[in-house]
Amino acid sequence: MDDKYLPAIYTGFALGIAFLGWRIDNAYYLQLLIFIGLNTLLALSLNMLMGYAGQISLGHAAFYGIGAYVTAILSTTYQVPPLLALPAAVGAAMLIAWIVGMPTLRLSGYYLGMGTLGFGMIVHIVLREWSSVTGGASGFVGIPPLTVGPVEFASNKSYFFLVWAVVLAVIFLCRRIIDSRVGRALCAIHDGEKAAAAVGVNTRRLKLQVFVLSAGIAALAGFLYAHLVFFISPGSFGFMASIKIVTMVVIGGMASIWGALFGASLLTLLPEWLHAFSEFEMVVYGLILMVVMIFMPRGLTRGLMDIYERYRKTHDRQ
Amino acid sequence: MQELLQYLFSGMTNGAVYAVIALGFSMLYSSTDLINFAHGEFVMLGALCMVSLTAGAGLALVPAFFVTVAAVAAAGMLFERLAIRPVRHPQPIVLIIITVGASIFLRGTGMLIWGKDAHSMPPFLDIAPIDIAGARLLAQSVWILVIVTALAAGLHLFYKKTLTGKAMTACAVNKKGAWIVGIPFKWMVLLAFGMSTGLGAVAGASIAPITMSSYDMGTILGLKGFCGAMLGGLGSLWGAILGGFLLGILEAMGVGFVSSGFKDATAFLLLLLVLYVRPQGILGTAEVKRF
Amino acid sequence: MRFVRKDSPLLLAAALLTAVVFASAFPALAESGEKTWKIGGIFSITGPASFLGDPEKKSMELAIEEINAAGGVDGRMLEAVIYDTEGDPSKAVMAAGKLINKDRVTAIAGPSRTPTTLAVVPMVERANLPFVSCAAGNKIVEPIKPWVFKTAQSDIQAVASIYAHIEKQGIDRIGTLTVANSFGESGREQLIEQAGDFGITVVRSESFGAGDTDMTSQLTKIRQEKPGAVICWGTNPGPAVVAKNAEQLGLDIPLYQSHGVASPKFIELAGDSAEGILLPTGKILVADLLPDDDPQKQVLTDYIDAYETRYDETVSGFGGYAYDAVYLLARAMEGTGGDKEKIRENLENIKGHVGISGVFSFSQTDHNGLDPSAFVMVRIADGKWQLVK
Repeated sequence: MDDKYLPAIYTGFALGIAFLGWRIDNAYYLQLLIFIGLNTLLALSLNMLMGYAGQISLGHAAFYGIGAYVTAILSTTYQVPPLLALPAAVGAAMLIAWIVGMPTLRLSGYYLGMGTLGFGMIVHIVLREWSSVTGGASGFVGIPPLTVGPVEFASNKSYFFLVWAVVLAVIFLCRRIIDSRVGRALCAIHDGEKAAAAVGVNTRRLKLQVFVLSAGIAALAGFLYAHLVFFISPGSFGFMASIKIVTMVVIGGMASIWGALFGASLLTLLPEWLHAFSEFEMVVYGLILMVVMIFMPRGLTRGLMDIYERYRKTHDRQ
Repeated sequence: MQELLQYLFSGMTNGAVYAVIALGFSMLYSSTDLINFAHGEFVMLGALCMVSLTAGAGLALVPAFFVTVAAVAAAGMLFERLAIRPVRHPQPIVLIIITVGASIFLRGTGMLIWGKDAHSMPPFLDIAPIDIAGARLLAQSVWILVIVTALAAGLHLFYKKTLTGKAMTACAVNKKGAWIVGIPFKWMVLLAFGMSTGLGAVAGASIAPITMSSYDMGTILGLKGFCGAMLGGLGSLWGAILGGFLLGILEAMGVGFVSSGFKDATAFLLLLLVLYVRPQGILGTAEVKRF
Repeated sequence: MRFVRKDSPLLLAAALLTAVVFASAFPALAESGEKTWKIGGIFSITGPASFLGDPEKKSMELAIEEINAAGGVDGRMLEAVIYDTEGDPSKAVMAAGKLINKDRVTAIAGPSRTPTTLAVVPMVERANLPFVSCAAGNKIVEPIKPWVFKTAQSDIQAVASIYAHIEKQGIDRIGTLTVANSFGESGREQLIEQAGDFGITVVRSESFGAGDTDMTSQLTKIRQEKPGAVICWGTNPGPAVVAKNAEQLGLDIPLYQSHGVASPKFIELAGDSAEGILLPTGKILVADLLPDDDPQKQVLTDYIDAYETRYDETVSGFGGYAYDAVYLLARAMEGTGGDKEKIRENLENIKGHVGISGVFSFSQTDHNGLDPSAFVMVRIADGKWQLVK
C-alpha cells in the first residue's frame, strides 16, 4: 500500500520545491532554504550511518570539511574547474573514510563514538594548522563560483535549484538502498550485529561501505557549501558542527529519510526563532536536546507519531 | 637537560589537571557504566564557583572549597535525577545526546551567571615556583598532585572497604543481581553521580589558580580528561591518574620536540591509538564491550 | 530500534511538521524604513570573541542614540538592526543575508572578527552595500575592495610600533609566541614580514591554543635560542597565562604583548606578572594620560563617560571600533538620501575624522584610514598603564 504512493509523494515534493523556487524571489529566504538543503544532505548522510546501520559518529563534520577544503584548494590554488574538483572532493572523503573506517568500525557503542570524535578533532586541527595549504585559522578566501558548461551558479536562485535537485537525487538514492537487500542487511546490523553475522551478513564490509557512502554525501554537501559562500574556515567544521549534525538526525528521527529533512529544517530555523533570546540561545538549545531525547528518544517525528497512535488506541476502545 | 626537565614539569602541571578530571570520568564509569559528556562543564562550575566564593563573597579558602564541592555535587545529583533517570531506554546514543545537551545547557548557564570574561584566582599557598636543576615547577601543581593521590586512595578504600562502595561496584557489575540482594540501585546511581561531579568540582577548584576560568573552559578539558582516562584504562582509578599524567607529559614533549601547533592533536591521536590497539588502556582489565 | 516500513503516516506527519516549520520562517518582509535609516550590525556578541562583539554592540547602540539625539542624519533617525554571529562565519553569512534582503539596511557595521568579515565580503560586494568592518585582519582591505572599509587598527601598525621600540632598545633577536587563530596567525605573518625592516631576526616561532593553560614548554623552547625579547600575540586569557609562565620560569628578557590584550582585564588576569610588560594600544586605554592638545583626547573622554554611564561597566578597548564605524557611516550618509554609491564615495573621501581608534583619512587606496599615530606604546607599572616614549 505504501510503496504505491511513494512515486506520487516524490513527484509532489519535487513540484513543491520547484514551486517555491519559482515564486520566492527574496534572496534571504532563498538562502535560508539553501542552507536547509545543505543540512538535509548532512542529516541524510549521517542518518544512513546512524539511523539505519546503527553506528554512532561524532566527527561527521570532518567529511563535510574535507569536501569543502579539497574543492576550495583545487579550484582556487590549482585553478581546477569546480566540476572536476567535485569527484576529487567526494573521492578524497570516501578514501579517508575507508582508511579510517577499517580500524574504527570494529569498535562499538561509546568507544565508536569517541573514536569518531577523535578523528573529527584531528581533521579539524589539521585544517587549522596546515596553513600553507588550507589558509589556516584565518580561512580560505577567493573560492570561485560553480560553473557547469555555460551556466554559472552564482545567484541564490540558481543555487537553490541546484542544491535541492541534489537533495532529491540523494533522497532517491538512499531510498533505493534502504529498500534493497543491502538496506535490510543494514537494519539487521542495527538490531543485532552478532545475529546479523550469524545469518550470513558480511557486517564488516557492509558497515565500511555505509561509512564510505555517508562520508561521500557529506563531502558533496561540503563541495556545495564552498561554492556557495566563497569563503571557508576551520571553525565551521569542528566539534560543535558534528554535534549539530547528530542533533538533526536524532531529533528529526533516526531511520527516517523525511525525519532527516525535518530535523535539518528545524535546526536551521531554530537560531532564527531563538534570535530574540540571543543570550539564552545556548541554554534553550541544550534544554531542547535534553528534553527531546529524554521523552522522545526516537526523534520528534516518531515521538509525535507514538503519541498519536496511543491516542487513537485509547479512542478505538470506546 | 634543563629543557627536558622543564618539559617534564610543564607536562606534570597539565597532567595533574587531566588526571583529576579523568578520575571523575573513570569513577562514574566504574560505578554506572555511563560516560558523562558534560563532566567538563561540572569542572567549569567548580572552578567558577570557587572564584566567586573566594573573590566575590570573600570566603576563606577551605570553606569555599567545601561549599563549591557540595554545591556542584548537588547540581550533579539533580542532573542525574532529572536528565538520566527518566530515560526509559538508556542506549549509548541517547545518553550521549542527553549529556551533550546538558553540556551545552550548562555552558549557557555558566555564561549567564559569570559572563563571558575569564577570571583568575590566586594560588592556594603563595609560594614561589620550586626550582630543580634550573627547571621550575609551580607549587599549585604539587598541590593538585597531592589532592589527586589522596582522592584516588580515598576512593580505593571506599570501594574496597565500605559497604556502600561494594554495593556500588555490585550495581555496575550486574544490575539485576544487585537488585535481588536488596541494593537500592537508584540511590547508588544518584550517589555515583554526586561523587563524580564532586570530583569534577575538586578538579575545577584546584585548577582555577593555574588556568583562567571562563564559561567555555569545560569542553576541551573534558575531552582531554576523557582521553587521559581512556589511556590509563576506563574504570580504573589509578589508571585515570596515570593516563592523565602521561597525556600531559606527552603533550609537553610534543610541543618541545615536535611542534606546538599540533599539541591538541596529541590527545586525540593517543585516544585513537588506545582504541585501536588496546581499548582497555594501560591499567584496565580486558573489558567486555558492553554495548 | 525497529525499522518501520509503514512509513506513510510517518511521512505525512513529517511533511506536515516540515510545512509548519517552513511557514513560520516566512513572516512578512520587514518594511524598508519609511521614517528611519536602518544600519545593520553583525557582531560576535556571544561565543569566544564576545569580548569584542559585546562592547561593539553596545557602542553601536550608544552611537546611534547620540546621533539621533542630535537630530539624526538629514533629519531622519537611525535604527540599528543587530545580529549575533557567535564568532561563526556561517552564521555571519546568514546574518548578512538577512540584513541585506530581509531588513533592507542601508549599510552594515561589523563583523568583529576577520574570518566572519571575509565570509561576508562577497555578499556585500554583490549587493553593492557600504560595509565597515570592525576586524583587525589586513586581508580585509588588501587588496582594496570598493565597498569594504574597516575601522580597527591593523596588525601592520601594531607590529611596526612594537618593532620600533625593540629596535630602539638595541635588540635584534626575538622569539614569537602566537595564538592558533586568525588574530595570532595574522600577527605572526606581520612579525616575520616586517622583522627585516627593523634589523630584527625572528629566531623561533611557537604557537599555543586559545584555551591552553600552560605555555612553559613553548617559552622554554624559545628561550633555548637566546632571544633578546619575546613577543606574545593573542587575546585574553592566553597571553595572561604566558605572562604568568614567563614569571614562573624566571624569564629575564622583556615580554611584549599585542593590542589584543589592551584591556584592564589583562592586568587583572595576569596579576603581578603583568609588571613591566610592553604593548601597543589605541589611545582609549590611556585617555587620561594624554596631553590636552592630543586631537583624540576630547572624543575619547566623552565616549568613555557616555559608555560607562549608559552601561555601568568599564569601557573596553574594542567597542570603539563599532562606535567609529557608525559615526563614519552617519557622516558619509549626510546629503545622500540613502544612495549607496554616494555613501561609498563619501566614505572614501573622509579626511581627518577624529574617532576612538585614531584619526581616519580614507582614500581610494586606503580603506583603513589609520597611520602609526593610532597606536601608542605603553608599559604596565604598578598595575596601571604608563605611556612609553
